[in-house]
Amino acid sequence: MTRAPDLASSYDLVVVGGGPAGLAAAALAARAGVSTVLFDENPGIGGQIYRGITSTPIKDRAVLGEDYWAGTALAAEATASGATIVNGATVWSLDPSRQVGVAIAGQVRMIQAQRVIVATGSLERPFPIPGWTLPGVMTAGAAQTVLKAQGLVPGGRTLLAGCGPLLWLLAAQLLRAGAAIEAILETTPRGNWLRALPHLPDFLLSPYWSKGLALLREVKGKVPVIPIERLAARGEDRLQEVDYVSHGKEHRRRADLLLLHQGVVPNVNLANAAGAVHRWNERQLCFEPVLDVDFTSTVSGIAVAGDGAGIAGGTAAAERGRLAAIAAVRALKPAVSVPDPQSVRQRLQREELGRGFLDTLYRPADAFRLPEGETIACRCEEVTSGQIRGMAAIGCEGPNQMKAFLRCGMGPCQGRLCGLTVTELIAAERRTRPGEVGYYRLRPPVKPITLAELASLPISEAERKAVER
Amino acid sequence: MARTADVIVIGGGLHGCSTALHLALRGLKTIVVEKDYAGRHASGVNAGGVRQLARDIAEIPLSISSMAIWEHIEELVGDDCGFASHGTVLVAESEVEFAGFRARVDDLRLKGFTHEELIGEAELRRLVPAVSDYCPGGIVSRRDGAADPFRTTQAFRKRAIEKGAQVLEGVAVTAIARAGGGWRVETSDGPIEAPRVVNAAGAWADRIAAMLGEPVPLEVIAPMLMVTSRLPAFIEPVVILRGRKLSFKQLDNGTVVIGGGHRARPLRDQNRTVLDWGKLAVSARTVWELFPVMRAATIVRAWAGIEARMPDEIPVVGPSVTSEGVYHQFGFSAHGFQLGPGAGAMMAELIATGATNVPIDGLGIGRFAARP
Amino acid sequence: MFKRLGETGSAITIEIDGKAVRAQSGDTVAAAMLAAGIEHCRTTPVSGASRAPYCLMGVCFECLVTIDGVGSRQGCLVPVRDGMRIETQQGKREAGR
Repeated sequence: MTRAPDLASSYDLVVVGGGPAGLAAAALAARAGVSTVLFDENPGIGGQIYRGITSTPIKDRAVLGEDYWAGTALAAEATASGATIVNGATVWSLDPSRQVGVAIAGQVRMIQAQRVIVATGSLERPFPIPGWTLPGVMTAGAAQTVLKAQGLVPGGRTLLAGCGPLLWLLAAQLLRAGAAIEAILETTPRGNWLRALPHLPDFLLSPYWSKGLALLREVKGKVPVIPIERLAARGEDRLQEVDYVSHGKEHRRRADLLLLHQGVVPNVNLANAAGAVHRWNERQLCFEPVLDVDFTSTVSGIAVAGDGAGIAGGTAAAERGRLAAIAAVRALKPAVSVPDPQSVRQRLQREELGRGFLDTLYRPADAFRLPEGETIACRCEEVTSGQIRGMAAIGCEGPNQMKAFLRCGMGPCQGRLCGLTVTELIAAERRTRPGEVGYYRLRPPVKPITLAELASLPISEAERKAVER
Repeated sequence: MARTADVIVIGGGLHGCSTALHLALRGLKTIVVEKDYAGRHASGVNAGGVRQLARDIAEIPLSISSMAIWEHIEELVGDDCGFASHGTVLVAESEVEFAGFRARVDDLRLKGFTHEELIGEAELRRLVPAVSDYCPGGIVSRRDGAADPFRTTQAFRKRAIEKGAQVLEGVAVTAIARAGGGWRVETSDGPIEAPRVVNAAGAWADRIAAMLGEPVPLEVIAPMLMVTSRLPAFIEPVVILRGRKLSFKQLDNGTVVIGGGHRARPLRDQNRTVLDWGKLAVSARTVWELFPVMRAATIVRAWAGIEARMPDEIPVVGPSVTSEGVYHQFGFSAHGFQLGPGAGAMMAELIATGATNVPIDGLGIGRFAARP
Repeated sequence: MFKRLGETGSAITIEIDGKAVRAQSGDTVAAAMLAAGIEHCRTTPVSGASRAPYCLMGVCFECLVTIDGVGSRQGCLVPVRDGMRIETQQGKREAGR
């Protein structure tokens, strides 16, 4: 296990995140002779999509499916490449001079990088329904994580709710593993089917088409799928019932576990805190970094690859990681030969082919993105949607001002679970666009560090003197 | 057709908004021109210390008059601004420091100022039970406290507008020139004319001063702060140090704000700062030594505001030397928050009546004039 | 809420709020708590409401627990060790722990 004192004080390339983009980038760069370190905060590599790829207790390959097992090759490539891979390493700071703050086992170091590739991936879109903070309500991704990494399956009355390809994939994996699912409460707005039609030809050319159809068939044969317009979790101290409205009629079901999912969005925190400019993507309803063709952000030397660059899935992520790494290698060691980026771009284009259809079809309904009243918007600080709408209505124009009044976004999650909700609520109340409203201005540490960890940073005499009066 | 006013205030920080409010209360038509939004910079992101303690003697009268306003702030602006008063304590870390504090307090008393009180070990432990054993005593200013900086700035802005002032946000000043008997201020949203102008432009005030032919040696600094997640209440007064950079306070919500003035790198034209973690690590060690209970506290955020510092660490307050009708109110060198309410009241009095009851000698811009 | 599909690693024992709990090597603290049927891992510092892990990928900060005396650790990111002491967190973190 690499510990903080084992690290060099500088590397040519620092890769943040050990999912497909990070693994592919680190592998390519290290093989080209660039000194490369990859930091991932989890106990093992693989990110979310390939979680547990080197250690999963699920040995029957049919359960997780071949798309998952494709991660083995990627993990092996990275491990054999000569890149230094450090698990249990949390990157908490990145600045425009490419100084990286990392914490490993209670110790902190600042590492200087010539190039940085931020590959911190995506996270699930917030799903703010009444009662979503109750124990017993989790994300679909959470269930997938413990299935892959620990071989855990839901034990009681389980409902899935939401929309998007991941919901179907999880349902299939859980069923194959022998878990019971009572129902899937689907929130895909009916009108989306018509809106998605123009994208259908491209979708039919992509690999998603046949995989998607197969998954749908597999799941719909075994689990009732109920279209819903409203959803709420109820219970005293933990989830006890789920209320929903389907075709205008109200229903209530007892439940032990409610798994929510309405798509994934880029995890912008590190790139935002580093000063990279982000813009609103109206089709995918999220913020993403402004990037050039090599995935370099508006901060020179800092690239963003993978789903963090914009949602496109795991295979696309690896190709983006390769392109960002090729650009880094060309900048650092121009004489070294690298794979031809053209062929990587072609593969990437094929991967991105089906996205338009999926994005449009599974674009979440307003009702599930724009909560009202007592529904909590900021979980950490327990700020309700009503409070946010109220502040916006009386003139608070943006999330950074809102932060100062309501404390939304000031808790430990740093807006990861409330940022999009707050921006969209302000835009709705003030009749403007999320792009105009903007997002939280994030600052390091992007993950909390203890005073003890910060105090463990080796300090030069110059710095010590600078702080004395 | 230029807009017109009685007074143009350049800069919508706390000082600009406070001056605007007090001018409006005196019936003077005021327009504030703010290039970002009120409280975007130093005013909105500082440590919130409402402090009379440890000020340069030239600032003390202004500080005392401002304190009286803080104690009735809700009446003035319709918001308590989060102001809580549990005193500020300047903690001595050695006997040598303590002796220096004794000399300071004696000197202030001779000059008629009684707000600073020397305290020994027993009183220090009583006021700050969590402080380390090695500290022999300190100075306390009992009326001092802390408030929410952004909330305070916004409250002054809101009340100023209610009383008839205009606050233009997202509008930058591009030039100033004499026009008739008064001034014409060019902005990104058209010209404004007024007989009086106040330069309250914070870290950009040197540019305004230069436009008036009064260059000043203003340094742009970016003092850093850190805040922790919530902790159970363990300290009431604000604590500051002399020999090392530290300011330390626990808010009512349990979070602890750690400051002291260690500096980030400011990028003033990008509205951005680059933090210096080496210095923050030294700050973490200082807190570790002074308050052992903080060792496992979690830092959830660090930031830095963009502020103006004058070489003598005291602000530039008072009439322009070159330009009749222009007044300066900037350069608060990382300790202007507490002075905001009082400086605005004083400035409005000065502009409206031609004189002020609050002594501000020693703060004038003339002290930077080139010697012939 | 969750059950194990089978023996996935070697059996180890951890302590949760003073009680011995069986876990498997390869568990994270959060996964071990879920497998042991523990309903909530903390109460919030704002209102005292009960919370449990939500995302299990390190972004929601709901799974905060005290591990071997160090508080506010994300349980979903920490692998279990034999003998590890875990405490659920009530409200504001104790200063100095």
